[in-house]
Amino acid sequence: MNDVKYNPNELLISIASRLMEDNATCFIGTGIPMLAASLAQKMHAPNLISIFEFGGIGAQLEKLPLAVGDMRTFNKGLVAAGICDIMEAGQCGFVEYGFLGGAQIDMYGNLNSTIIGDDHDKPKVRLPGSGGGNDVGSTCWKTIIIMQHGKRRFMPKIDFITTPGYLSGPGAREEAGLPPNTGPYRVVTDLCTLGFDETSKRMKLLALNPGITINDVVENTGFELIIPEDIKKNDVPSSEELRILREEVDQDKYYI
Amino acid sequence: MNSIMFKFPNIFEEIMKVISSGIGELIQPPDMNAFREWNRTQKPKALIDKRMSEKEAVSMYLQDGQYIGVELYGTVRAPMSLVREIIRQGYKNLNCAGQGVYESDLLAAANTVKKLDWTYIGFEVYGLSNSVRRAVEGGYVKKVVEWSNAALSWRFKAAAMGVPFIPTRVMLGTDTYKYSAAKVVECPFTGEKLCLLPALILDVGFIHVHRADKYGNCQIDGISGFAAEMARASKRLIISTEEIVDEDVIRSQPDRTIIPYYLVDAVVEAPFGSHPGEMTGLYERDEKHIKSYANDTKNIEQTNKYLNEWIYNIKDHDEYLKKVGDERLQKLRIGGQKS
Repeated sequence: MNDVKYNPNELLISIASRLMEDNATCFIGTGIPMLAASLAQKMHAPNLISIFEFGGIGAQLEKLPLAVGDMRTFNKGLVAAGICDIMEAGQCGFVEYGFLGGAQIDMYGNLNSTIIGDDHDKPKVRLPGSGGGNDVGSTCWKTIIIMQHGKRRFMPKIDFITTPGYLSGPGAREEAGLPPNTGPYRVVTDLCTLGFDETSKRMKLLALNPGITINDVVENTGFELIIPEDIKKNDVPSSEELRILREEVDQDKYYI
Repeated sequence: MNSIMFKFPNIFEEIMKVISSGIGELIQPPDMNAFREWNRTQKPKALIDKRMSEKEAVSMYLQDGQYIGVELYGTVRAPMSLVREIIRQGYKNLNCAGQGVYESDLLAAANTVKKLDWTYIGFEVYGLSNSVRRAVEGGYVKKVVEWSNAALSWRFKAAAMGVPFIPTRVMLGTDTYKYSAAKVVECPFTGEKLCLLPALILDVGFIHVHRADKYGNCQIDGISGFAAEMARASKRLIISTEEIVDEDVIRSQPDRTIIPYYLVDAVVEAPFGSHPGEMTGLYERDEKHIKSYANDTKNIEQTNKYLNEWIYNIKDHDEYLKKVGDERLQKLRIGGQKS
């Protein structure tokens, strides 16, 4: 197995897809979550219920959607509704998982996808904004964040909190009025898988990707991580995962 | 005092407490009684023929300085022929609800937008929206107010319900809230914190649909995005449609009518009106065109060249379709011949 060649995106997609449970409702965003959901349906989770913000529920993800509202998001789907139906389902507690990305993240899993710079009205870089990110991070039971690892992304203080993680720590989500028992669950990166400590709500290392050391992760993280004694290892993408990804999921090579 | 009073004479007094307010500008403050009055006096209830050209519709109903919204978004069932007409007519000071991809980038590239209620503007698989970035980072867009996707859609929903705000459980605790014009209040029933979103009433809304009759009864196939809510939140509503159908077609399946005629001011026939975006069941997105535009926007000269070539130097949607070419359009048709 160790001689199988794969690229960093293929690894990220495979690891994210293994977190997707059969029969669970999953809010899917643009990019890697779409590929991961499609792979999961073809591997271990044929009845993964994909939910796309503009109205698609329960699609069979045969072709990769290029937009969260395109017709592939409800291909052979169960429901083609509208954005209010979807967001209201989330607000009512029907959506178990939400998959998110971002430009910056802090130790509590707060995400920035709005601006780079310290002045909102004169940003150094204007990013795409919340989109459905804030809604997913506010209302889904468990959010899973997929990001590239690096010191400029894993920061002690992010420039803008677009999407709530655990905000300033334990109890802060509830204090702000967000629904109880929600929040970030996993962070999947090109280096490792991270979770959150139950009491402090701080990010902690759970599993290392093949060939990556604890030191690699620490060096690429701009804040102090919790490093438990027992750290697992993520498996490399299997030849079956790679075959499906390359031949079926992203045959037009948008991402891999 | 920063609170809203509810008086119950002689029994007790309750106050719905406003805990905080976002610092963003409320670009379009809601006035629900004025909206009711408008809907009574300015929206004909008779079945009248509203067919016209995109040029007539835009020049008749849109004035510079007004607040507009475009549904769904740039690569999916968007009224692109109408967006191109807005740019062609040279509006420069519009305010806009920014949920967009290609169409928002085009509007920004043509320096059309002054203030934005922003949720997402980007190019999805092709990354950031370059023209919007230039317009915001360069200060041409004067004001950006932050919201989430749910928030903008629910703001339309509040307007559609005829109420000035809607309580929700999103945006709480974040900078998205801080830079919005929402308010956090203590719920008078449960005591929980809620995020109140102000209703958003558009001066002019633009929606592209699969079919409409000449009166403006509209049907959409596939997901409906926020068409139902935005249509009901628009003082003027311009519809472009893939085809204008006989009234009998609508009457044979009235359950499919998502936008009733009385909301609509103009009906513009625009086959392939979403090009280069897609239309469920009818045609695929024109990937080559979208990719090439996304690439052009990296550079301002190339962007301007695109605007000239595809908008300013083109008379109308018919001429646009001729420029795209029948062969290409037929290849995009679902079930058509693939390249």
